[in-house]
Amino acid sequence: MKKLISLLTVAAMLIASVCMLSACGGEKTEGGEAPAANADFKIGFIYLHDENSTYDKNFLDAATEATEALGLKPEQVIFKTNIPEGNECYEAAADLVDQGCNVVFANSFGHEPYMLKAAKEFPEVQFCHATGTTAHTENLPNFHNAFASIYEGRYLAGIAAGMKLNEMIESGKITADQAKMGYVGAYTYAEVISGYTSFYLGAKSVCPSVTMEVQFTGSWYDEALEKEAATKLLSNKCVLISQHADSMGAPTACENAGVPNVSYNGSTQSACPNTFIVSSRIDWAPYFKYIIEAAQKGETIAVDWCEGFEAGSVKLTDVNEAVAAKGTKEAIEEAKAKLISGEIKVFDTTTFTVEGKALDSYKADVDTDADYEKDTEVIADGYFHESEYRSAPYFDLQIDGITLLNSMF
Amino acid sequence: MKKLNDFMVKTFCNAPCHIAKRDDIVWWKAWIIRIVSVLLALIVCGVITVALTKLNPIKMYITMFEGAVGTSRLVWNLFQNTAILLCISLAVTPAFKMRFWNIGAEGQVLIGGLATAACMIFLGGRLPNPVLIPIMLVVSIVAGSIWGLVPAYFKTKFNSNETLFTLMMNYIAIQIVAYFTLEWSVPKGSGTPRTLEFGQLPTLLDQKYLINILIVAVITIIMYIYLKYSKQGYEISVVGESEKTAKYVGINVKKVVLRTMAISGAICGIAGFLLVAGTDHSLKSDTAGGRGFTAIMVSWLAKFHPVFMIVTSLLIVFLEKGASKISEVYRLNSSFSDIITGIIIFFIIGSEFFINYKVKFNKKEKEAKV
Repeated sequence: MKKLISLLTVAAMLIASVCMLSACGGEKTEGGEAPAANADFKIGFIYLHDENSTYDKNFLDAATEATEALGLKPEQVIFKTNIPEGNECYEAAADLVDQGCNVVFANSFGHEPYMLKAAKEFPEVQFCHATGTTAHTENLPNFHNAFASIYEGRYLAGIAAGMKLNEMIESGKITADQAKMGYVGAYTYAEVISGYTSFYLGAKSVCPSVTMEVQFTGSWYDEALEKEAATKLLSNKCVLISQHADSMGAPTACENAGVPNVSYNGSTQSACPNTFIVSSRIDWAPYFKYIIEAAQKGETIAVDWCEGFEAGSVKLTDVNEAVAAKGTKEAIEEAKAKLISGEIKVFDTTTFTVEGKALDSYKADVDTDADYEKDTEVIADGYFHESEYRSAPYFDLQIDGITLLNSMF
Repeated sequence: MKKLNDFMVKTFCNAPCHIAKRDDIVWWKAWIIRIVSVLLALIVCGVITVALTKLNPIKMYITMFEGAVGTSRLVWNLFQNTAILLCISLAVTPAFKMRFWNIGAEGQVLIGGLATAACMIFLGGRLPNPVLIPIMLVVSIVAGSIWGLVPAYFKTKFNSNETLFTLMMNYIAIQIVAYFTLEWSVPKGSGTPRTLEFGQLPTLLDQKYLINILIVAVITIIMYIYLKYSKQGYEISVVGESEKTAKYVGINVKKVVLRTMAISGAICGIAGFLLVAGTDHSLKSDTAGGRGFTAIMVSWLAKFHPVFMIVTSLLIVFLEKGASKISEVYRLNSSFSDIITGIIIFFIIGSEFFINYKVKFNKKEKEAKV
């Protein structure tokens, strides 16, 4: 036994010394000096997952882009990945404050109560939270929500879908009545409802006979469930699929079945070259630049920040010409210009009905409360004012033409 | 047949070493083996780190320490997470000692948490906290122990397989909690749990987690005494050693099984209570976060000894916190830190093998004899 121990110890010492020697040579050198403003400024990011989720990757890429563009050094930017929506989020935020962050950002909806808790405890630090709903009612000077008018992006993606349907009708592949789309959604709540409705209205604006079925998964990220939901929609004879959930489940199912897909969070063209049409996504870089610059200059950050095409927050990927209908790119550009000028509105009340009737008044649950009280009139001047009274979407109407196959409250 | 025999003789008798069971080992020898194995693990991790990432492994270990105990906040966080993991490990221990493989701790914790959350939602605001909190505690204990009693009942009544049964009960609990999370979510349908304002555990001496830690410390002491000195604790060991012996000496095995699982579930219920009322102040299907399974490892590593469990749970949480700091500082995917923790745990478990068995080197003369 003694022999063995002494042998092991010698081996251990040998390997340790080799490690130390190689480590000395392995020191990493930093890249060229960037023009750093506010050398002691720090920003911390809290992410629900890591780059394996399309949702988080979108944030990670934007944060890297924005901080590099503003000349922040790597040590001024801290990423915390895989932070669950629980007390861990509060601990992560507090730890970022301890590490000297001036701004702390969190990217998942469920992080909000824990960010709020940290915001109350550390009034000198700015807390920014994407997709949240309570900043405008909490009235804390250092707690902010942000979103983007992604419903406009989805509307444009819907136009691409509608044009593909028109192409199928013209070529005799389907009849006008068979123009049915499928949609895989996460949860049955405003953010998702607003998303699929705007997508549907975009398609309807070019293909009036379109209908849509929605299958919910009850999870933001579940590859198997999303694939299963897409497969179910395909077996229901949906001829085009889109989704609002974060895995590759639905796009993969479409590629396997050879059915066109309109994606979200970014291009899936490399994995699905024969079915990917176009994807809308939120680019968070403009918001990150905005909060960093505001914090550095000591300016107030907007309580509820929501921007669209003009600020570069809502983007569409390049159209996959191999799959999309002819003229899709031009049609998208045209509609985009009209959305920017205000000539068309996504939720124009003349373009949709609820239970057969056009709406002239609707109260939405804008101020989040446990009783889900509908508190704000959101229809005026002939359209539903989405994301104007708070940044996170609140369009939660079930409009005609869309069938929900299940619901996941 | 002859050939096979020759082959066996050659393989086993000519092998440079063979393995023999150790009867007894002095405590310091056992600890030397453990320490050497940890050192070896650190070296292997170091080599892998250099090979994969070109990082300085020494710096990486310093980062690990900083991530776990770098600030007083992190130390408290470390203790609080250790306390919860320890609590669940203590819960599964009496069942394990009885050789009742309760791998349903995850579900028992969640059901305890669900009971706590239900009290916080429906009684919160109607009762003052000093009344509400004891009710929450009792309800979560009852809920947890019922969840533990169901598989125990079927085991005693129909001799069903408790491993599968408790495992399946986890999935049922997860789905029930997922249902209520959606049902109670704010905003409606978002799947995001509401923050439970009423019935949160009080802050002691300005430390949010002190009460959690104290409660678990008390449970640890009680469990130690219960297993070591009480008659019931002795009955558990006898049933675990041999059910037949237990029957022969007149122990009511069924009663012991039911009682022990009720205790196991009850302590899991307390863990759920601490998680919901003490730290998270909300309930989700991942509130237990896999600790129900990690606890099995903690309990085994400590050989079902409540005091050693403090060390093993601390070690697991330390590695976890340290590893996430590594991925934060070096922008590495969390899989890398998982690999590092995996290697370290593997070596620690492996060291137990060398404590229980010794490797004997075969001498040359033996070869001549064959």
